[in-house]
Amino acid sequence: MSNKLRQFVDKLKPHFKKGGKFEKLHSVFDGFETFLFVPNTTSKNGTHIHDAIDSKRTMIMVVVALIPALLFGMFNVGYQHYLAIGQDVSFWETFVFGALAVLPIVVVSYVVGLGIEFIVAQIKGHEIQEGFLVTGFLIPLIVPVDTPLWMIAVATAFAVIFAKEVFGGTGMNIFNVALVTRAFLFFAYPTFMSGDSVWVRTSTTFGLGAGTAVDSYSGATALGQVATAATQNVQLTGITGNPIGFWDGFIGLIPGSVGETSVIAILIGAAILLLTKIASWKTMFSVFAGGALMALVFNNFGPDTAAAHFPWYSHLVFGGFAFGAVFMATDPVTSARTEKGKWIYGVLIGAMAIIIRVLNPGYPEGMMLAILLMNIFAPLIDYYVVEANIKRRLKRAGNK
Amino acid sequence: MANLIKTKRGLNIPINGRAIEMIGTSTLPKEFALIPEYYHGVTPKLLVKEGDEVKAGSPVFYEKQFPGMNFVSPVSGKIKSINRGERRRIISVIIESDEKMTYEIFEKSNLSALTAADVISKLQLAGLWSFIKQRPYDVIADPTKTPKAIFISAFDSAPLAPNNDYVMSAQMADFQTGIDALAKIAKIHLGIRAGKKSPFQLVKNVELTEYDGPHPVGNVGIQINHLNPVNKGEVVWTVNPQDVLFFGRFFNKNVVDLSRTIALTGPCIKSPQYYQTVVGANIENLVQGKIKSCPSHRFIAGNVLSGIKVAGNGFLDPYATQITVLEEGNNIYELVGWGMPRFRKFSMSGTYFTALFESKLIKKLFGNMKYKWDTRLMGGKRAIIMSGEYDKVLPMDIYPEFLFKAMIAGNIDKMEALGAYEIAPEDVALCEFVCTSKLPLQQIVRNSLDLMKKELE
Repeated sequence: MSNKLRQFVDKLKPHFKKGGKFEKLHSVFDGFETFLFVPNTTSKNGTHIHDAIDSKRTMIMVVVALIPALLFGMFNVGYQHYLAIGQDVSFWETFVFGALAVLPIVVVSYVVGLGIEFIVAQIKGHEIQEGFLVTGFLIPLIVPVDTPLWMIAVATAFAVIFAKEVFGGTGMNIFNVALVTRAFLFFAYPTFMSGDSVWVRTSTTFGLGAGTAVDSYSGATALGQVATAATQNVQLTGITGNPIGFWDGFIGLIPGSVGETSVIAILIGAAILLLTKIASWKTMFSVFAGGALMALVFNNFGPDTAAAHFPWYSHLVFGGFAFGAVFMATDPVTSARTEKGKWIYGVLIGAMAIIIRVLNPGYPEGMMLAILLMNIFAPLIDYYVVEANIKRRLKRAGNK
Repeated sequence: MANLIKTKRGLNIPINGRAIEMIGTSTLPKEFALIPEYYHGVTPKLLVKEGDEVKAGSPVFYEKQFPGMNFVSPVSGKIKSINRGERRRIISVIIESDEKMTYEIFEKSNLSALTAADVISKLQLAGLWSFIKQRPYDVIADPTKTPKAIFISAFDSAPLAPNNDYVMSAQMADFQTGIDALAKIAKIHLGIRAGKKSPFQLVKNVELTEYDGPHPVGNVGIQINHLNPVNKGEVVWTVNPQDVLFFGRFFNKNVVDLSRTIALTGPCIKSPQYYQTVVGANIENLVQGKIKSCPSHRFIAGNVLSGIKVAGNGFLDPYATQITVLEEGNNIYELVGWGMPRFRKFSMSGTYFTALFESKLIKKLFGNMKYKWDTRLMGGKRAIIMSGEYDKVLPMDIYPEFLFKAMIAGNIDKMEALGAYEIAPEDVALCEFVCTSKLPLQQIVRNSLDLMKKELE
């Protein structure tokens, strides 16, 4: 099989070389060839052997880590739908409904993003870089299920072009591309994105799941309820008015963006990222620590609002906090790159997310803005960490 | 008791083909070569022409900037050819051995009566100066500058590196003489492996320091960084321990005897062991008949991390103490490598099963995993994506990623501030090995050091 395929690729190759018929598509061809086969370029000088890791393997591992969140998200979309219309259906029916609702978002995100990547790679004469494999997978997980596909297409195109390609492509971007997509949706279509109607799909999907929402239905997310609560102590409810608590947030059968609701699924992903050593445990841990600490401060000394008195442990499981801490804050490109810097970066993200949640009534969720804000500060944090090293070196020279 | 320095960061790459402690029989080849490119930064001025007779120790060319600095023939015979490249640059001087090994006899000297300046000029005249290198810039030492110290690492921690204790134990008298000569110039720091009985423990006239940790702890650069780092305007000299023997023989016997014991190592060698040879020798009859059949081989003068690629009938790099042979691998096509388990591939990251195979329990139950190595990059070149990778394998007080970025940008002020004076290409070889983005870091460092030298001197 592998040999036949190789022969086929070798036969096609000359057409995509300089002077060949499809010269213009050589980046795309390269992309597919290296996707099929490990490149056999050997070292010329320098290190003669290399570690078997490459950026493809790294990105694929992140995608694998995201799969539990995606699968759970699909199930939850179906679960929330049938809960809203008051029907009791089998596990598979629930899952298929959710899968059919989520898959179009995945497809749109990948087609738009990869399309732009391919075109840019061709124009610049680069190899196709695999950064978007992860971004394209993250986007469907951080948007509400009822976001129109055209909005996702526009937002993805905006993010890939203006947050990534203009900076030089994978590895050069300042902001997390997936979060820029989310931020674009949030600020470009605020009336649509910040209401209570996008989190649960009450209409049909490809003809499946017909029915009308039950009378007690309300699509507000947990953080939405906290933000609009009139009293200091708020009793969270699910979409049919049933009371929910910490463990519902942990398990994740509640309304929210597709992949962010289940802390269990996210923790499985976190375990994969930490075992493969792709994500930094320092960043991950310090985001949670910073968030918990800040929430504790508000719990004890905060203003008399529901958000300030929302228990610190609940802050960590509801909304996008856990998802952001595990998958977004740890993006190596946009995070702080020094080991000391990662602690500071993480703590500030956690703390900032809670501050936005508590003190800014306009935004029930602060994680996205906190991470984007700290993306800007990451180079500054690194600057001071590295500057300390430079000072130490100068001092050493001066002491002689 | 010697000082003990422990390092944690680094990596011992599990590659098989370590030489057993036995010296195989081999004959010296017919051809030897002096290749100016191997002496980085040297501009050669020829002293011979084709057909000239030379003895072992006769000057072949000298360095343009320092006319006393000779480069000498390792054997007696005649100049067979002088190969030139573009703009008549000398590529190599080939010497045909007469197989008699007659030595040029140098003026007898009483070492204890010599001054530092005498030692320096004698070593230059004898063509041994090229074995002294300097930090900054990792080039042959500038004889007009006084170093603050001389560093020698008695052990080599690189993959499959020869065991200097074994190679040199019978020649400690020469080593001591070499040390005594160098000690006239500056204080000598000798680094030895902690917790191991070694003939180097008895060396006098040096400050001993014990080191413990994974590779690159044996690199002299790491040892300098821990003991007495190079600051702006300072110079430190470094010498390989085996090359100190040349100095010792010179002062003991008044001849230039460049014979050395090298390790023939690597996964493609049938029975890896040590062989006797001479600097600059053609490696063909050394490797002939000793390699396993593979579709194609990579011959390396030196170790797999920072050695020089040579042809199967190429010549030894003067600094090389080992030859490594492994599979080239340019005809291997691995299907969807990013998704396959790839059990026989090694990775420091957790994306393969390496961590499992390298765990103590599995090793105890099933023995050591034999990984398959070849010279493929195993991926495409990218911008730097992962952070913290380089820090894990560079036990120096330096932020490597930021230094490399300054180097790629050609920002000399930044390089200076971030520690470029302390670093040599070989120190970052492991960074290059683990790099997800497959950047040629040793080349980047080499080019930047050359740029700095040109701009600042």
